[in-house]
Amino acid sequence: MRETFTKGMARNIYYGGAVFFFLVLVGLTVDTVNSLPKTDNSQNLTEQVAAGKRLWEINDCIGCHSLLGEGAYFAPELGNVYTRFGENTEVIKTFIKTRPKNGIPGRRSMPQFNFSEEELEEIAQFLKYADGIKTARNWPPNIQG
Amino acid sequence: MKYQTQSIAKMYFIAAIGLFVGQILFGLIMGLQYVWGDFLFPAIPFNVARMVHTNLLIVWLLFGFMGSAYYLIPEESERELYMPWLAKLMFWVFLVAGALTILGYLLVPYATLAELTMNDLLPTMGREFLEQPTITKIGIVIVALAFVFNIGMTILTGRKTVITLVLLTGLVGLAVFFLFSFYNPDNLVLDKFFWWWVVHLWVEGVWELIMASILAYVLIKITGVDREVIEKWLYIIIAMALISGLIGTGHHFFWIGTPDYWQWLGSVFSALEPIPFFMMTLFAFNVVNKRRRDHPNKAATLWALGTAVMAFLGAGVWGFLHTLAPVNYYTHGTQITAAHGHMAFYGAYVMVVLTMISYSMPIMRGQKAANLSAQAMEMWSFWLMTVSMVFITLFLTGAGILQVFLQRYSDSPMGFMATQDKITLFYWMREIAGLVFFIGLVIYIIAFFVKGEEAKTSEA
Repeated sequence: MRETFTKGMARNIYYGGAVFFFLVLVGLTVDTVNSLPKTDNSQNLTEQVAAGKRLWEINDCIGCHSLLGEGAYFAPELGNVYTRFGENTEVIKTFIKTRPKNGIPGRRSMPQFNFSEEELEEIAQFLKYADGIKTARNWPPNIQG
Repeated sequence: MKYQTQSIAKMYFIAAIGLFVGQILFGLIMGLQYVWGDFLFPAIPFNVARMVHTNLLIVWLLFGFMGSAYYLIPEESERELYMPWLAKLMFWVFLVAGALTILGYLLVPYATLAELTMNDLLPTMGREFLEQPTITKIGIVIVALAFVFNIGMTILTGRKTVITLVLLTGLVGLAVFFLFSFYNPDNLVLDKFFWWWVVHLWVEGVWELIMASILAYVLIKITGVDREVIEKWLYIIIAMALISGLIGTGHHFFWIGTPDYWQWLGSVFSALEPIPFFMMTLFAFNVVNKRRRDHPNKAATLWALGTAVMAFLGAGVWGFLHTLAPVNYYTHGTQITAAHGHMAFYGAYVMVVLTMISYSMPIMRGQKAANLSAQAMEMWSFWLMTVSMVFITLFLTGAGILQVFLQRYSDSPMGFMATQDKITLFYWMREIAGLVFFIGLVIYIIAFFVKGEEAKTSEA
């Protein structure tokens, strides 16, 4: 690089740029957190939903599925599964309940988690809550996720 | 080797390579499960294999970063490491904690692991890449703090160079942003938003500082180019990385229930994210062309140039491919993301660690460079791993384009599993490319043990 552009100038761009844009990120984060109640469906965030989220986590569902597009890509998107399953939590519960213990020969299969009825309801309610989050342009693009 | 304590890096590098092998084996298992759905089911379900694959990657890269720091910081600071015993102790703590965690994933159901480790007290498990039990996370924090303290004291009481200060900033950032992994609110949108404060600000933020400073160090050593020139490049590269990458976090906030302005901010700033990687490529080729000596370690030079090019392709080009919000609307959470993830991690972080190992390992074993046969073999492994990673990426991209079309773009969208059945061919090809990668890795390891004619220095 040319001599007119000194190391000192490069250093100042680094420190100045990093600090400035980090502060911008913090500012935007504050704004985002403040405006979330409009979209995040927190009015439906019940104890049951929170318990469902915990079950979602401790069974590592994200290790196969995506949720709002994030996670693994081995199994279907679940951010809209409530809609895809006819807005019926019973269908979700039945699906989870009926997975064969030893899988399906040659095919991908969800494990059998042996959830209690109460736990099934919590997971279903969690997925219903996730479906209620207002995503931009109503992502995903269609019902297939 | 100028300082005795630099040799602590060796144990870190050996552990890194060992865990790398494990990572690739589990990658092959998962690749097979994509086409042979019940392979190893229900003993090792896909989600378990994936946790092992991604967590091993993270852990071995951290070993690689720590080893790199232990090697380069005493030399740059012109003094021995502040507390060598602490570095050795933390090595074993980290290795045992990492091994126990991986065994936990494999030996008991994940929900049982959560119960055993009392996840309920402070629930942090079950989020992508942050699957580690809370107790492991606490262990990681302790190791990171001890490590940052150790190298921080070495730097601050020794000669301060731009390379060590940038590396220290990156490593402090790594430790600080990891703390967000302890924040796991019930509100899913908030959870996702701050999850990215770990994941994005690591791999598209502070890790780039670590990568650039390690690369700059190796290039100084190999080329003998004036430090002033290299430091200027280093500053401007990491400046661009943070200027683009901080607000570039917004490309993860398109579809998770966050405000619409992220569509614009995320698109514009992440469109700038390839720039620092492109500059890194220019930088690497520039200084190698202007080299003042011909270092006998040709393999290290190849890795250094390779990491710059592959980071630009994987992180820069494949990142840009799907980063604009209107494109990402269709590609978000498909095999396109997987394609990008593979080449970006390999190009930027795997290769920079291998660059450092390639440069420093012969020196720690008492030579200036590995013998000619060993270097030839190492360069074979470079090409096998790099070319097969290009093909893994291309096949996943092919799979992803078809997936997007069939499942999201066409007038009559197909279901997820029906779509998956249509793209099996690409998954088979990816698995074959993965096997070639594994062969490359085996050759890489054999190269450490090959004997041959000594590599000669020829001063230019």
